[in-house]
Amino acid sequence: MNPYLPHTPEDVRAMLDRIGVPDVEALFEDIPAEVQRRNRPLGLPSHDDLAVHQHLVGLAERSTGRELVPFLGGGLYDHFIPSVVGHVLSRSEFYTAYTPYQPEVSQGTLSWMFEYQTMICELTGMEVANASMYDGASALAEAVLMASRATGGRIVLVPRSLNPRLRDVVSTYAWGAGLTLRDVPCSEGGQLSLETIPDGTCALIVQQPNAFGIVEDLAGLKDRLGKAFLIASANPISLALIEPPGSFGADVVVGEGQPLGNPLAFGGPLLGFFATRMDHLRRMPGRVSGQTQDVDGKTGYVMAFQTREQHIRREGATSNICTNSALCALAATVYLAALGPDGLRQVALLSFERAHALAERITALPGYDLAFSGPFFHEFVVRCDAPEAAVERLRRAGIAVVPPDFLHPLGIRDGFLVAVTEKRTETELERFVAALEGR
Amino acid sequence: MTTIYDRGAPGRRAVSLPSPKRDENDLLDVLPAGLRRKSGPRLPEVSQPELVRHYTALSRMNYGVDTGFYPLGSCTMKHNPKLHEDLARSPGFAELHPLLSAEMTQGALALLWEMGEHLKGITGMPGITLQPAAGAHGELTGMLLIKRWLEARGELGTRTKILLPDSAHGTNPASAVMVGFSVVSVPSDRRGMVDLEALKKALGPDVAGIMLTVPNTLGIFEEDILTITRLVHSAGGLCYFDGANLNSYLGRARPGDMGADVFHINLHKTFSTPHGGGGPGAGPVTVSEALVPYLPVPGIARTGETFRLDWEKPESIGRVHPYFGNTLVIVKALAYILSLGDQGMRAVSGGAVLAANYLKARLKGAYKLPYDRLAKHEFVLSGEGLGDGVRTLDVAKRLMDFGFHPPTVYFPLIVKEALMIEPTETEPRETLDAFAEALLSIAQEAQEHPELLREAPHETPVRRLDEVRAMREPRLRRVF
Repeated sequence: MNPYLPHTPEDVRAMLDRIGVPDVEALFEDIPAEVQRRNRPLGLPSHDDLAVHQHLVGLAERSTGRELVPFLGGGLYDHFIPSVVGHVLSRSEFYTAYTPYQPEVSQGTLSWMFEYQTMICELTGMEVANASMYDGASALAEAVLMASRATGGRIVLVPRSLNPRLRDVVSTYAWGAGLTLRDVPCSEGGQLSLETIPDGTCALIVQQPNAFGIVEDLAGLKDRLGKAFLIASANPISLALIEPPGSFGADVVVGEGQPLGNPLAFGGPLLGFFATRMDHLRRMPGRVSGQTQDVDGKTGYVMAFQTREQHIRREGATSNICTNSALCALAATVYLAALGPDGLRQVALLSFERAHALAERITALPGYDLAFSGPFFHEFVVRCDAPEAAVERLRRAGIAVVPPDFLHPLGIRDGFLVAVTEKRTETELERFVAALEGR
Repeated sequence: MTTIYDRGAPGRRAVSLPSPKRDENDLLDVLPAGLRRKSGPRLPEVSQPELVRHYTALSRMNYGVDTGFYPLGSCTMKHNPKLHEDLARSPGFAELHPLLSAEMTQGALALLWEMGEHLKGITGMPGITLQPAAGAHGELTGMLLIKRWLEARGELGTRTKILLPDSAHGTNPASAVMVGFSVVSVPSDRRGMVDLEALKKALGPDVAGIMLTVPNTLGIFEEDILTITRLVHSAGGLCYFDGANLNSYLGRARPGDMGADVFHINLHKTFSTPHGGGGPGAGPVTVSEALVPYLPVPGIARTGETFRLDWEKPESIGRVHPYFGNTLVIVKALAYILSLGDQGMRAVSGGAVLAANYLKARLKGAYKLPYDRLAKHEFVLSGEGLGDGVRTLDVAKRLMDFGFHPPTVYFPLIVKEALMIEPTETEPRETLDAFAEALLSIAQEAQEHPELLREAPHETPVRRLDEVRAMREPRLRRVF
């Protein structure tokens, strides 16, 4: 018997009798016979648990990339995940629950969502945050749609220094909504240089730090944009060191929350965070937990402002989002609670320190330089004549970086991206430099 | 209620980390002063035991499938196999960076390819994308595909409407308008199915397509499905199928054979992956031949035993996900498909439909059953007329006192005081019986002690919460 199917032949008989049909097949008479006749099985036998385990673990072990030391970034980063995160996430009262539609039996979920929203507001310098989106890319795309709804504008200003994956997803959503993307050029320092703001602009996107790892200066941008939205897509770890976009008048701050206690997961599931100002609350997509009281005056939490959401407002909703990334947001909550303000700052500082130490040593080598002169956080573009050859030398030394073609859409063909987190050791840094040197 | 911010003391922390070697100010010297953070984020400061006890306490205020019966209609709250949780933590999946080259990620690409082939087979459709991260994301992808198809045919300006049965999930209309379509509601007939005459009237040269849920949200199979899809196709439109209810015919019928052009699959429903308190799920989309050229890139292709990324779709809608979709969810769903095989999949839909019809038979005397037909995986009762001022909401809250999670309530919108019950195949008969007994007792209480219902729940960590206050005095974050 399949371990997930408890009905014995006796159960089935008794249930059929109660229903008043002779067999299970009789329960499917409403599916047209023609449709049932066309059905084709997969030719797949059932597998016991051991066989399933062996097959999946076999696949997991087939990817050789994991054996390399990762200096990989490009939007997702290899940070240390404290054990408490996994242990809290393993509580099945959390992971086997649905969306907290019934608050009296969902106070656990609604409570951590409230904590999460507080932490995201604190990181970004914003007033209100939703309880998560699928990933940083869809969160950014939804921010753009929100800006267009709020301002009526249909032009989105996109810097050349935006992560190409973010740009791709924004571009797909924008095409669907009938919005136009316009490029914003980039200075020699690698920072965006906003020249004109066309009429009908609904938003400027700024990535912080940007796809080149460079820290952008947001000062004065909101003043120039007027009612058009300043949307920032921020790396949450960097916000421990960098003044948050909220301080510069950003209308929406989104980002990829994976670095906060979530694994790389071959790119999914991820965590999109989304924060905005109270003025924009009723336009915000996604769920939000709100504090209230029960009939006895006891503090509790509910899903608030559901009138924005698809299950109530249908075609008038602020988004179609329903299932989001709740469990990944719980990971971020526990991660931030475990580290605290000092721990988060330490992770950011360590990543910063090691990235700068590596960059210094690489640029000391003949033929290698940084592509941009601007300040960077924990990721940078190395410029060299033959990036493919350099990356291959690294690979042979057991080191992985993002393949150079990642930067091609950004117009960079003579460089490659390097990211450094607190996990990279002195020995690994040394090995990196030695490999480039050809030692 | 205590939050993590109310625990701990300044200076405490739950994890120890190395310190930077250089002095902080010296280190940050390269950052212009205006870019440096002036005051740090206020985060909790707790020791590890405090942290663990806090979240353990929160977890105990939550109800999950592992806690008990969770008959939430349209959500397919089946058991989440434990083996799958372990498999998804395999470092070869969990620690793999998606920007590594195809050569270095052969196992993960093999996983995705294998899943794609199974889902194409299960749905009887020739094309797939695994990128969508959830059902609604799949719907959005499907709407984008239909838009691209119209654009290629030069019909984008004329075909602007999407038809929707009045029983549709709220995500359907919300997804259609995100890509610029307008929505037109098609009424249900007295059988609870799409009204064919109304459908014929609604169809015309301005219709891009229809979004159908099969079986529909009343749990009723659209018996005229072949007629419906033929009518839409001959009017020049396409058929989107919302796959939320696939659990009811898994292994027995395929949407491709019913005339579907786009189909999204909620892996977190039919394929047993946990809902996570509201995600993450996964919403792969399969498509008919007509839409294959427009699928998101990259796809996954196989040559011999080697897997590669397939970019050869010049007319693609582009990416809907920055990487490949929710790989770790796909690990669990593939494990589930392998463990079931063809026979197991038939047994799943058989068990789900058996359980739903059994509960319906046990409850229909005590509760109104507005559409009394063969149920598929779920059925819809009404809480109307139960007793003195008693509403469906009261029944739902009272069920909590009996130790059950309530069904979906007030949906679908076409049933007044709806109670939408989906038991799934993983519940033993004893659980179904206990739940039926509880609902029967509650119906009786509604007559004899209606206040017990109106004041319910009595046994939960908090009692009924003031949702109006949450709107009027929004407290959406901690105020320091």
